Amino acid sequence: MKNYWISLRLTLVTVILFGVLYPLAITGVAKLIAPNSGRGKEVSVNNTVVGFELIGQKFDDPKYFNSRPSAVDYNAASTGGSNKGPSNPEYLAMVEERIRTFLKENPSVKKENIPVDLVTASGGGLDPHISPQAAYIQVERIARARNIPETKIIELVNSHVEKPLFNLFGTTTVHVLKLNIALDKLN
Amino acid sequence: MDTEILGVLVLFIVTVLLAIPLGKYCAKVFKGEKTWLDLLKPVEKMIFKISGIDPDEEMDWKQNMKAMLWLNVIFFVWAFVILITQSLHPFWNPDGIASMEPTTAFNTAISFMTNTNLQHYSGETGASYFTQLLVFCFLQFVSAATGIAAMALLFKGIVQKQATHLGNFYQLFLKSSTRILLPISVLVAIILVIQGIPSTFEGAAPVITLEGDTVNVARGPVAPMVTIKQLGTNGGGYFGPNSTHPFENPNYITNLIENCIILLIPIALVFAFGFYIGKPKVGYYFFGAMTVIFMSFVAISIYYEMSGNPNITAMGIDNTLGNMEGKEMRFGTAASSMWGVSTTSTSNGSVNSMHDSHTPLSGGIFILDMMINAIYGGVGVGFINFFVFVVIAVFISGLMVGRTPELFGKKIEAKEVKIAALVAIAHPFFILVSTAIASYLAANNPDIGWLANPSFHGFSEMLYEFTSAAANNGSGFEGLGDATPFWNILCGVVMILGRFIPIIGPIAIAGSLASKKYIPESAGTLKVESFAFTAVLLSVIIIIAALSFFPALALGPIAEFFSR
Repeated sequence: MKNYWISLRLTLVTVILFGVLYPLAITGVAKLIAPNSGRGKEVSVNNTVVGFELIGQKFDDPKYFNSRPSAVDYNAASTGGSNKGPSNPEYLAMVEERIRTFLKENPSVKKENIPVDLVTASGGGLDPHISPQAAYIQVERIARARNIPETKIIELVNSHVEKPLFNLFGTTTVHVLKLNIALDKLN
Repeated sequence: MDTEILGVLVLFIVTVLLAIPLGKYCAKVFKGEKTWLDLLKPVEKMIFKISGIDPDEEMDWKQNMKAMLWLNVIFFVWAFVILITQSLHPFWNPDGIASMEPTTAFNTAISFMTNTNLQHYSGETGASYFTQLLVFCFLQFVSAATGIAAMALLFKGIVQKQATHLGNFYQLFLKSSTRILLPISVLVAIILVIQGIPSTFEGAAPVITLEGDTVNVARGPVAPMVTIKQLGTNGGGYFGPNSTHPFENPNYITNLIENCIILLIPIALVFAFGFYIGKPKVGYYFFGAMTVIFMSFVAISIYYEMSGNPNITAMGIDNTLGNMEGKEMRFGTAASSMWGVSTTSTSNGSVNSMHDSHTPLSGGIFILDMMINAIYGGVGVGFINFFVFVVIAVFISGLMVGRTPELFGKKIEAKEVKIAALVAIAHPFFILVSTAIASYLAANNPDIGWLANPSFHGFSEMLYEFTSAAANNGSGFEGLGDATPFWNILCGVVMILGRFIPIIGPIAIAGSLASKKYIPESAGTLKVESFAFTAVLLSVIIIIAALSFFPALALGPIAEFFSR
């Protein structure tokens, strides 16, 4: 029985230390040194919160740069991926359908230029990024929808390309929400 | 060179460079030598006093195991009670999360107690802030400390000469938490907050997006929990999709840091063993043996993921980014493969891409990695598993040269080899028997609705789940519909057996080695720190894994690879 009482007391003390004091301390430090990021990095336009920098949003309007497909339709309250296996026929049919839809909305784009990120869903369903190529092939459609010259939009994309870390490590991406906010400001 | 691959290489090198000094430090902590964190002594003293522990009481292996098991029983009861009463807690539940269904709570409590973190619920909809911290975050510390303390007992057994005691479990347990896990967690959690991971008690935030949709963005005290989940090879995500979720892993830097701390302590403890027994070379050789397998697995996974899904290449689009289904643009395929092999090697189980959507051989590598479960391995238990392979390899080498095998100056006799063999067989036994039961049920009830994918891949989903449970890993082919009583209960049982049998068996060996006479090294002694022995050891690991698991792998990932 000695072990039992020791275990019970040791559990309660460590719950307080690791389950209460530790997270409270980190949250306290977060408030002090990084108030915005500690709450999730809100993004505002004209003083209205329009989203979080880290959380991708659904963009399927032709006048915006569209985001990647999402298995949860960018529902940030219940996230997830498709979990489809690479040879699942149902999944492959879905990808084919996305390619067809994209070609219909962007008739000038050649099929072999569609990058794979635009027709596959991310793991969390909230991917805030697309590849630069995925942005460039949408320029023509957006220029038409907004009546802005293509060159202006290409310039905008150029300035939003996020290079790998120190230009050495990782991927090259474009942040869709930031790009679309800047796009709205062009008009 | 490709920037994605360069990122992987730098990550691994930096991790190893950090692990060497950390290993030295850990060995000091286990031996009770002076370190600069002795300033925590008053806190530890107070905890010992409140709990009624005499930290200097020497205990034999049975007393130590009894202490460990009792402590874990209390952990389980605590977790289970909190989970089924979640909706009644007075505070820290701003989003009004409901109580957990009992079999899911049973599974979840075992899962976090055993350092597995298999999750049959989804964090943002199934767990309140209260639960996330007082159950999950707490257990992520103490289950990791349990594993490290058990390993420290093993270390002691190996250097002990003709005595029965192995040290004091409670003392090693608390010191592993306060001297190793806590300081690193505090440091890393603060860096992660600065990088953008939230740590807040405000509830979900309603937002009207640029296109005018209303979404509710779930958040919470994410940073502290995510840090210890990675550091203690726990892996249980704050949110359902784990470290693919931008709030758990917002950018390439956080991905590097999190992947680094997944590997850090498991690698450091291999070095710690060398320092502890006074032969650092042994640690380096063991690390080398593990790294040969680790790097081969990383290379295979990266190759197939970067090549992309051939079925999509056939559609005629630009597939140069590789297999992007279930992956995040900010990480890309190479970093996802590196993470996948890291997380399955170390029994961590967090994911930064959906393993279910990996190409067949990459997914197969992940399963094989958990089947071996000793490439660095989970904190503490990884080295214990590896030690079992060492005992078997020493025994086989002894047979080959025709003399009684010795390990670190102790005779390895029938008793030790029997225990080691039983432990080595237990792992495949749990995995294959439970997968067979599930496959039988799935095949005879086509409408059972468990599998998200048909055919070979569906079988892989079940095989993955039980391998993950037995290895105390916690990742999944998450398409599996596993929140049912069948999966909750069977996986729960497999997790308990897969946790405690591989701890108790080797500690019994350590207890027996401790009491033996020390035989000084002679010309005929088998040198563990040699290329010849490393080769035997690698063969033993590969043969045991291949013989027991090849048929199952052939039915799943390998069949899928050849059939598309």
